[in-house]
Amino acid sequence: MNWRAVSAIARKDLYEVRHNRMVWMPMIVLPVVLCLILPLVLLLTAQAAGQDSPDALLDPDIARMMANLPQSMKAELEGLNGNQQMIVLMLGYLFAPLFLILPIMTASTIGTNSFVGEKERKTIEALLYTPATDRELFVGKMLAAILPALVITWLSFILYTLILNVVGTPIMGRIWFPTPAWYPLILWVTPAVAGMGVLGAVIVSARAGTFMEAYQTTGVLVVPLLLLVFGQVFGVITLSVELALVVGLVVWLVDWALLWASQRLFSRYRLFESGRL
Amino acid sequence: MSSVIQTEHLTRRFGDLTALDQISLTVEQGEVFGLLGPNGAGKTTLVRLLNGMLAISGGSARVLGYDPASQGDQLRRHTGVLTETPSLYEQLSARENLIFFGTLYGVPEGDLSRRVDEVLDLFGLRERTANKAGEFSKGMKQRLALARTLVHEPELLFFDEPTAALDPEASRQVTDLIASLSRERGRTIFLCTHNLDEAQRLCDRVAVINRGKLLAVGTPAQLARDQFQGTWVEIALRTAPDGRLVTALQALPEVIQVSLDDQKLAVQINHDDVIPAVVVQVVELGGQIMRVNPREHSLEEIYFKVQEEAKA
Ligand SMILES: Nc1ncnc2c1ncn2[C@@H]1O[C@H](COP(=O)(O)OP(=O)(O)O)[C@@H](O)[C@H]1O
Ligand SMILES: [Mg+2]
Repeated sequence: MNWRAVSAIARKDLYEVRHNRMVWMPMIVLPVVLCLILPLVLLLTAQAAGQDSPDALLDPDIARMMANLPQSMKAELEGLNGNQQMIVLMLGYLFAPLFLILPIMTASTIGTNSFVGEKERKTIEALLYTPATDRELFVGKMLAAILPALVITWLSFILYTLILNVVGTPIMGRIWFPTPAWYPLILWVTPAVAGMGVLGAVIVSARAGTFMEAYQTTGVLVVPLLLLVFGQVFGVITLSVELALVVGLVVWLVDWALLWASQRLFSRYRLFESGRL
Repeated sequence: MSSVIQTEHLTRRFGDLTALDQISLTVEQGEVFGLLGPNGAGKTTLVRLLNGMLAISGGSARVLGYDPASQGDQLRRHTGVLTETPSLYEQLSARENLIFFGTLYGVPEGDLSRRVDEVLDLFGLRERTANKAGEFSKGMKQRLALARTLVHEPELLFFDEPTAALDPEASRQVTDLIASLSRERGRTIFLCTHNLDEAQRLCDRVAVINRGKLLAVGTPAQLARDQFQGTWVEIALRTAPDGRLVTALQALPEVIQVSLDDQKLAVQINHDDVIPAVVVQVVELGGQIMRVNPREHSLEEIYFKVQEEAKA
């Protein structure tokens, strides 16, 4: 593997992302909404509502969740007032799967732009005529998608942690975040999910002719994550260290299968045979 | 002289379509080899096969000593390809484009900057190095794309319809540049085109293909000889001659036929060597010669004759 070529490809792809607003805008908007605006709104509302307001518990989703809580969580919520319970539930549990949407969306958007985008803008042919091997091209493009996905996700997590503790401590009375389950979630699950995003993009890109077409199709990747979101809302599953480890393992296995499939798709021979260049 | 490209019965099929059918040809070092054929003839497919971009369906190829099917990555270090579309990164500046490709082609870090400046100079783009390729005119994009093919100093260049999308001025400029490249020693150029004037100007040898079949290959003069029996010589006279002259010329050995149009005599001969004898005969019979012009067959005539014959 010629790393000089790999890094040139990755840097070139990132340069193109920085110059394409359609690609980077959603990657900025989502983290800002998710890590800044939503938690701030929740925390400030809770603060304004005063110490013992049970209002939040009237929300039917939260009430249902409360009723279905496993023993471990009931223990965690024991002795907290209504506001504090709402914060722990919402920001400590319900928000967790949203942190998986960040890496998958970032990685698949960049991946789509770099794989289909090159076809669409008719730049891929000259790229393929270079001596870079199929594998070097593939790895360079993968890195260009995965690294920013992880950077964005991890920076967002740091921001989220800061907001929760800085704004939340007066309500909670102590620094409570992150809870143990967040560590495997962020360190073990998000890289796997970023990988799934870019590998899904490669596979979709093999068939799609335009960025928009592929972009819409990769949206499907978010569906399994929505299952996690709703699974928590309906009390079927709850975030725990064990759950994070298992979900991570499953996603890494899926990645492994996708890697096998996508490497076969991304080859000169196939790209030129598809006749869409 | 050694062969730079050698193919034997090279074949490529796409489903039922045979895009290239048993192509056997050789390209020698240092020559400009023209591949002439209409759209869909298989020119681009051949360039792709010769660079290891597509699998071969049958036959074999050797390029610069490599087997393109199994050693494409090594081979491509030594070839430069101008694709049909300029294939430039429009967000990157001219310089950034060349640096990027130079890196992928393995130009050593220390030489890269100098090398890029050299090709930018060569193609008259020095003033515009910082401009984005997307802001360039078609002609400038094509020159930048040409510069890209040279950044790693390849031994073998492929130009796929380099002037097809250009206006006459830009096209002229690109043809001039290619002509100057071909004069550099040892460099081989494989030029695909359907522009016959361009081929006439640039090519040492040409191959004509259509529907994947190789119809003819050789120097333009060889092809003319193969395609057209004998050469025509035009003799312009001061005054119209009498009929005796035509009969006398016809009686000469090696003369195929003679036609007279007022003061213009046209003589078809088997070989150029008879031209002096023809001239002597005309003079002896009182013809006052103003000009003698052997009529050369243009590549265009040859091309259409070859295509015509293939149809028949
Ligand atoms: N990837 C492909 N899939 C199917 N058919 C193809 C493919 N590439 C080329 N062809 C067909 O092969 C023939 C030759 O094409 P091409 O080499 O592009 O011709 P040229 O460059 O001479 O115009 C055409 O009929 C074209 O449609
Ligand atoms: Mg073509």
